[in-house]
Amino acid sequence: MLTVATGNKAVAAAVKQACPSVVAAYPITPQTEIVEQIAEYVTSGELKSQYIPVESEHSAMAACIGASVTGVRTFTATSSHGLHYMHEMVNWAAGARLPIVMANVNRALGPGWNIWAEHTDAFQERDTGWLQVYVASVQEAYDATLMAFRIAEHESVLLPVMVNLDGFLLSHSMQPLETVEIGDFIPPIRLPHAIDTAHPMGYGTLTGPDQYFKLRWDIERSMRDSAGVIRQTEDEFAKRFGRRYDAVEKYQCDDAEVVVVAMGTLGKEAEVAVDLLRNEGVPAGSMRIRWLRPFPRLDLSGRDVVVIDRDYSFGFGGVIARSLAATERAKPFSVIAGLGGQEVTYDDIAGFVRSRRPGEEYWFGVMPDV
Amino acid sequence: MTDIPREEYILKCTSACAGCSDSLTLRYVLKAAGPDTVLVVPACCTSVIQGIYPNTAMNIPVYNVAFAAAAACASGMSAAFKAVGRKTNVIVYAGDGGTVDIGIQALSGAFERGTDFLYICYDNEAYGNTGMQRSGSTPAGARTTTTPAGKGQTKKDLDAIVAAHNPPYMATACASYPKDLFSKVQKALSIRGPKFIHVLSPCPPGWRYSSERSVEMGRLAVRSGMWILYEREFGKVTINGPSKAAMIKPVPLEEYLEPQGRFKGISPEARALLRSVAERNAQRLKKEEEGIC
Repeated sequence: MLTVATGNKAVAAAVKQACPSVVAAYPITPQTEIVEQIAEYVTSGELKSQYIPVESEHSAMAACIGASVTGVRTFTATSSHGLHYMHEMVNWAAGARLPIVMANVNRALGPGWNIWAEHTDAFQERDTGWLQVYVASVQEAYDATLMAFRIAEHESVLLPVMVNLDGFLLSHSMQPLETVEIGDFIPPIRLPHAIDTAHPMGYGTLTGPDQYFKLRWDIERSMRDSAGVIRQTEDEFAKRFGRRYDAVEKYQCDDAEVVVVAMGTLGKEAEVAVDLLRNEGVPAGSMRIRWLRPFPRLDLSGRDVVVIDRDYSFGFGGVIARSLAATERAKPFSVIAGLGGQEVTYDDIAGFVRSRRPGEEYWFGVMPDV
Repeated sequence: MTDIPREEYILKCTSACAGCSDSLTLRYVLKAAGPDTVLVVPACCTSVIQGIYPNTAMNIPVYNVAFAAAAACASGMSAAFKAVGRKTNVIVYAGDGGTVDIGIQALSGAFERGTDFLYICYDNEAYGNTGMQRSGSTPAGARTTTTPAGKGQTKKDLDAIVAAHNPPYMATACASYPKDLFSKVQKALSIRGPKFIHVLSPCPPGWRYSSERSVEMGRLAVRSGMWILYEREFGKVTINGPSKAAMIKPVPLEEYLEPQGRFKGISPEARALLRSVAERNAQRLKKEEEGIC
């Protein structure tokens, strides 16, 4: 069905169709509309879930953990400070191998209070064992949320998945949305280690140095296997519903001599910049990284690379720029832009490309124009 | 009253300290709850005494969870069981630190939401697992590793905080009175909604008394009026027999304090503080029982 919706409403619509048994959530700007909409669905009976209006995000994730370990489907949503308040339990969910799905509406961290888009909130959770996908449209927020349940619950994965959408730029923007009849796209959940009082087990028992590392390796093994499950799921989604996604969305890259790499809505904005540059005769392309974990390969060899990071790791650099320096041996022009919702237009992005200085870092709006 | 079943759900291979009354409490709690029960345990002595993975001394499913998270985790579990129509008991089994301090927000949230579960706080009046540091539940005058001169403040009134949530059932207990503990757990589990049992849990290494005296220490706590056994069912308070007797003819406070190294050299001021808190609690409960307040 074709309709118009915000990113938040699109996530809620997908959750309704995935029909989790338990939703536990705490409101935070700009995620609030997701939990309000789900509460509305539950109250009206459209969604048969137990809705737990918890008193904090730490408890939101703890409640999802308690529910998930009984073997039922669970969902929560948060943003920024909320994500960080639940950080301890974010680790716990992955370590406990629970396929919880969470929407995170990317927002900057205080102080000062800032409610606008930035990726640092979720990037700081990148080592927790969660799969993370970043979307660039309302449609993609819906599609990625549906796929997240199937990927998380796959027997080769059994890890939680975080669906990230840019605060306000997507969470509060109205765009066309085509919903689908999901049929059996998300199979019934089957958690092999679900609590069963007929076969009692200890969960999270004290684990010594002789065993703990094996469990860590097991997470990494599943993280590696998840890349194949993601591909399979995205193929199946394309086959059934006609919309195709990849770990990296490449635009005009075949003959590109310079490639812009970005995530979320900036990745989409970069495509407009590429059109602009091509009109000027610059052979530009763009790559929008969708999955931060598992981190994809990009094939940047032999091209100039401009990376736009809407995030920063103090004392180190832009997380994507530094990651690509490690994984692709890239020597990118590292642009730090869009922090705290700073406006970045396609004109600005084209400017970064025109005046790129490989190997250097440039803070947009802070340093003199390049 | 039904007989206490012979089935054991905490087996003979725990790594509890000698004379640990936590394991004794757990034994009767689980006998009362039976096998269709999940225990949610935050960081506390019970996280350790289960044993080390891949082994466990527990014969029911135990979900170990982060320190502040027990009541919230149980909320999720209880909701999930409700969603699929399962009647499994969900019991949080948490120490005093995980209840009165770091876990109190989650506890308050779960009770306010009317979560169908039983929360048991076994209270050894300090952070036992980390080697006896003060908690909000440490009584005045008690020496801990972070109050080497004795705690200057009184014990946080956890029961008053829980009572403010108006749960359908709350009680105090002590494993030195096993039948009382057993029947309170059974009664709690027969009621829907959030239930609470606060269990005094004497701790030989922490309180510094000889390990064969745990049962006796619990009894002395009750007989001296330092621990009052009572129930509050749908708001109606009943002071239980042993505490009724203690209110008429208590044993001197000194008999409870003297065997405990943690109270060695307690100041007259701290001793007076302990006495006044005990008297205030007794007066309040008596008035509540009589329906005066």
